[in-house]
Amino acid sequence: MTDSSLLFLALAAAFAGVPLPLAAARLGRAAAAWACAGTMALCLALLAPLLPPAFAGETVVARLAWLPAHGLDLALRLDGLGMLFALLILGIGLLVVLYAHYYLPVADRLGRFFSLLTLFMAAMLGIALSENLLLLVVFWEITGLASFLLIAYKRELHDSRIAARMALAVTGAGGLALLAGVLLLGHIAGSFELSAVLASGEKIRGHGLYLPMLLLVLAGAFTKSAQFPFHFWLPNAMAAPTPVSAYLHSATMVKAGVFLLARLHPALSGSDAWFYIVGGVGATTLVYSAWVALFRHDLKGLLAYSTTSHLGLITLLFGLDTPLSVVAGVFHIINHAIFKASLFMAAGIVDHECGTRDMRKVNGLFRIMPITATLAIVAAGAMAGVPLANGFLSKEMFFAETIGHPAFDEVGWLLPLFATLAGVLAVAYSARFIHDVFFNGAPIDLPRQPHEPPRWLRAPIEVLVVACLLVGIFPEWSVAPLLRAAAGAVLQGPLPEFRLALWHGFNMPFVMSLAALAGGVLVYALRQPLFALYERLPSLHARIAFERFYERLVAFARAAVGRADNGSLQRYAMLFVAFALALGGWAWHSAAPGEGERVVMLPADAAGLWALAALVLAAVGATVLHRRRITAIVLMSVVGLIVALTFERFSAPDLALTQLAVEVVTIVLLLLALHYLPQESPPEPGRVRLARDALLAAAAGGGFGAAAWALLTSPLETVSAYYLEQSVPGGGGTNVVNVILVDFRGFDTLGEITVLAMVGLAAHALLDRLALTAPAADAEGRAWSGERHPLFLQMLMRPLLPLALAVSAFLFLRGHNLPGGGFVAGLVTGVALILQYLAAGIDFARPRLPRRTPALLALGLAAAAGTGAASWLFDRPFLTSAHGHLGLPLIGEVEIASALLFDLGVYIVVVTAVLMVLSGLGRLSRRDAEAA
Amino acid sequence: MEALLAIAIGTLTACGVFLLLRARTFAVVLGLTLLSYAVNLFLFASGRLVTGAPPLIRDGAFYTDPLPQALVLTAIVIGFGMTAYLVMLALRALAESGDDHVDAGGGK
Repeated sequence: MTDSSLLFLALAAAFAGVPLPLAAARLGRAAAAWACAGTMALCLALLAPLLPPAFAGETVVARLAWLPAHGLDLALRLDGLGMLFALLILGIGLLVVLYAHYYLPVADRLGRFFSLLTLFMAAMLGIALSENLLLLVVFWEITGLASFLLIAYKRELHDSRIAARMALAVTGAGGLALLAGVLLLGHIAGSFELSAVLASGEKIRGHGLYLPMLLLVLAGAFTKSAQFPFHFWLPNAMAAPTPVSAYLHSATMVKAGVFLLARLHPALSGSDAWFYIVGGVGATTLVYSAWVALFRHDLKGLLAYSTTSHLGLITLLFGLDTPLSVVAGVFHIINHAIFKASLFMAAGIVDHECGTRDMRKVNGLFRIMPITATLAIVAAGAMAGVPLANGFLSKEMFFAETIGHPAFDEVGWLLPLFATLAGVLAVAYSARFIHDVFFNGAPIDLPRQPHEPPRWLRAPIEVLVVACLLVGIFPEWSVAPLLRAAAGAVLQGPLPEFRLALWHGFNMPFVMSLAALAGGVLVYALRQPLFALYERLPSLHARIAFERFYERLVAFARAAVGRADNGSLQRYAMLFVAFALALGGWAWHSAAPGEGERVVMLPADAAGLWALAALVLAAVGATVLHRRRITAIVLMSVVGLIVALTFERFSAPDLALTQLAVEVVTIVLLLLALHYLPQESPPEPGRVRLARDALLAAAAGGGFGAAAWALLTSPLETVSAYYLEQSVPGGGGTNVVNVILVDFRGFDTLGEITVLAMVGLAAHALLDRLALTAPAADAEGRAWSGERHPLFLQMLMRPLLPLALAVSAFLFLRGHNLPGGGFVAGLVTGVALILQYLAAGIDFARPRLPRRTPALLALGLAAAAGTGAASWLFDRPFLTSAHGHLGLPLIGEVEIASALLFDLGVYIVVVTAVLMVLSGLGRLSRRDAEAA
Repeated sequence: MEALLAIAIGTLTACGVFLLLRARTFAVVLGLTLLSYAVNLFLFASGRLVTGAPPLIRDGAFYTDPLPQALVLTAIVIGFGMTAYLVMLALRALAESGDDHVDAGGGK
C-alpha cells in the first residue's frame, strides 16, 4: 500500500487547518468559513484515493514509530467503519460550515468558531482513523476539549458556561475511565494495535480482568454517547449554538461512543456481561429518553432527548449482539446522523426566524415557511420511522431482530413489545414536533415576525433531506455499499445475508411499525392528560444531583487543600523535618546490619577537643541567643572559623581557603541586612512549640550525627584513584581538587556558576527600587554614629586594595597546581572591593567599578561555556581540556591549560555575583539616606 | 577524632534545625547557615579523616580522597549564594509586609 501515507497527510492537513480560520477572519467572516470548508474538502480529497479499497473490504494501515517503549505508535487505519465515520464527519461538516456561516449573527467574526470547529473535526477524524488505541484516547480527549469550547461559544452567558463545564466533567471523567480501560485492554491483548486487539477476542473474554476492563471502556462510551445515567449533559449542551448541536450532538461527537462500541465489537462482545450491560443501558436510554422527549417544550430539548433515545437504540442493537443487529446498528448510525442533523438545522431556522424555540408559542409555521416546514416534516418522519424515509428501514431491521432473540426464548413477546413501545413514543414526539410547530393554530407572542429563511441557510437541510429519501426509497442503490463495508469492518468476519428494500412483505416487523404509528398518533392525541400526569410524576433531576455532587467535590477539595496548605512556612518546615526524620528512621531501621567492624583511624587529641568545645559553645550560644542578633552573628563567625580549621586539619587546604573567604562575605552580608532587620526578635509565644521544636531538633541532630559516625567508621570505597592518576597527565595540574572542578567535572561547575549568576540577577530583581528605612537607633536606644565612613578605615583600605588584588591573582594563577583557583580568587577580590564600599562609601566606590554587572555575569558564563564549546572545533566532546607550560617570574612554572580560561569565567562570575549582592544591599542605605 | 566530628555535625544540625523552625527570617537564615555547615562537613566526612595528605600531586605520596573536597568546595560557594538569596528575600518580604515574621502576609 503506497497510498497509506495519505492517511497521515489527511490528518495532518486537518490539524494544520486549525489556525487558518483565525488568520482568515481578518479578511472577513466568509474567509473564515472558506478556510474551514477548504480544510475539510482537502481532507476529503486526500482520503478519496483510499476509498475504493475500503469499499472493497480492505484495511489500509499506516504507521510511524512515536513512543514505541510505551506501545504508542502513530498508527492510522482506514477500513469500512473508519471510512463511514470519515465521510459523515467531513460531509456533514461541510454542510454545517455553510449553515453556520448564514446562521450565526453577522456581528460575530467567526474566526474562533471555525478554528474550534476545525479542531473538533480533526480530532474526530483522528478517532475514526486511529489504529492505535492509545492514540484514539488522545483524539477522544481533544474532541472533549473542543466540544467544551464550542458549547461555551456564547461565553458571556452563564448557562453556556455551566453546560460546557458539565459536558466536560462528564465526558472528561468518561475519558479517564476509557484510558484506564484501554490500558487494561492493551495489557490483556498484549498490544494497543487494533489489528491485534480485534483478533484476540477469545483471549480477552477469557481473561480475569475482562469485566473491570469492559466496565471502564463502556463508561467512556456511555458518557460520550449520553447514555443513561450519564445522559443529562446532552440536553444541557443545547446551550451551544445550533450549528454546533447539529454537528457535535447529532452526527459526530455523541456518535463517538457508539463508534467505540462498534470498533471494539469483535474484541469485547459475545459475553453475558456485554449483552446485559450494553443491551440494558441501551434499552433503558431508548425508552426513558423517548418518554422525556415527549414532554419537552423546548424544540432543541425535544431533539436532544430524542438523540439520546436513538443513541440508546443503537447501543441496544450492538448489545443484542446478533450479526444482523450489528448491521442494523451501523445502518441506524448513518440514518440518524442524516435526519437528526437536518432536524437540528430546521430547529435552528425556527429559532432564528421566531426568536424562540418554545413549542407553546411557536405554532402554525407551515403557512409562513412552507418549504422549511416540508423539509422538517420529512426529516421528522424519518425520526418517527415512517415509510419512504431512511429511519423506517433501520427501525424495521431493529423490530425484526427483537423477534425471536435467543436470550428471550421463554418470553419471546417481551422484547418486541418493548421495541413497539419505544416506536410508539418516537412517533408521538415526532408528531408533536410536526404538529405543534407547523400546525396547531397560529403563533403566540413571537418576539420576531418569521419568514422563509435565506436560500443558503436552507440548502444544507435540502441536501440532507434528499439523502434521507434516497436512502429510504432506493436503499440498495444508494447506501448499501457503504453499509456493507462498514458493517463488515465492525464484524471483522462474513456479513449475514440481508436485503435492503422498502417492502419486505406483510410481516411481523411491518405490523409492529403500523402499531407504533397508530399508537404514537393516539398517544399524541391524548397528550393533555399525559402532560398533566407528567407534571405530577417525580422527575429525575440528574442535572441537579450532578451539580450538588460537583459543588460538594469542589468544597471538599478546597477544605483538603486549605488544611494541608495553610500558608504557614513554620508549619511546612516542621512537617518537612519531621517527614525527613521519619524517612531516615525507617531507612535506619530497615537497613541490613553493617559489617560490625568500625574503623577509628585517628585518636582524639587536645586540639580536637578544644575545637569541638568551642564549636559546640558557639553554635549552641548562637542558637540560644539568636534573638540578640549581633551577638549571634559574632558566634556564627566563630563556628565558620572552626569549620575552616577542620578542613585545614584534615588535608583540605582548598576548602579551608574557600570557607574562610565565604565566611567573611557572609558576615558582611548579614551585617548589612541587619541594618534593616530589627536588631532583636520579639520572644515567641508557646512553650509547647519551643519544646516540640527542641525535641525535633535534638532528634535530627542525633540522627545526622549517628549517620556521620556510621559513615566515618565504615571502610572507604572510592572512585577517586582515577582522578589522582589522571590529574597531571590528563588535566595538567597537580591540585586534584581544582582539576576536578575545572576539568573532570567542569560541566557541574558550569551549572554551579550559573546558579551564582542567577543569585546576582536576583539581587538586581529583588533589591532594585526597594525602599527600606533603617531604625535610627540600635537595640539599646543609642543613636548610630553620624560619621558614616571613618577616616581611619578609609586610609587603611585604599592601600589594601592592590595588595588584596595581588593575592587574588596569585591564588588564581597557582590554583591549578596548589590550593587556590577561581572560586577562592573571586571571593578574595569580591571582599577587597566590598571593603572599599564599606570604608569609603558608595559615592566613592561606585564610579570606580564596572556598572553593567549583568553584562559581566554574561561575560563570565560565556568564557566558561565558550572554553567548553571550543573543544568542538577540535572534534572533541564539550569541555575537553588542553594544556601546555609557561614559566612566570615569582610564581614559577604555570600550567597554561584551557581549563585556566574556564577558571577565569568562574572567577568573573563569582566576583560579579558577590558585588551585585553586597552592593545591592549597600545601595539600600544610600536610598534610605536620600529619602531622609 | 571521628567521634568528635560526628558530635560536631550532630550539634550543628540540631542547632540549625531548631533555628530553622523559628518565626523570624533572621533566625531562619542563621539556621540554614548552620545546617549547611553540617551538611558540608558530612559530605567532607565521606572522604574520611586523613591528616597531612592534601590531594596535591607529589612524588610517591599518599593522598586523601579529592572528590568529596571538590563537591564541598562548590557546595560552600552555592551555600553562600543561597544565604545571600535568602537574605535578599527576607529584606524584600520586610519591605512588602512590614514585618520579618516568616508567615507575614501569607499565614491564615
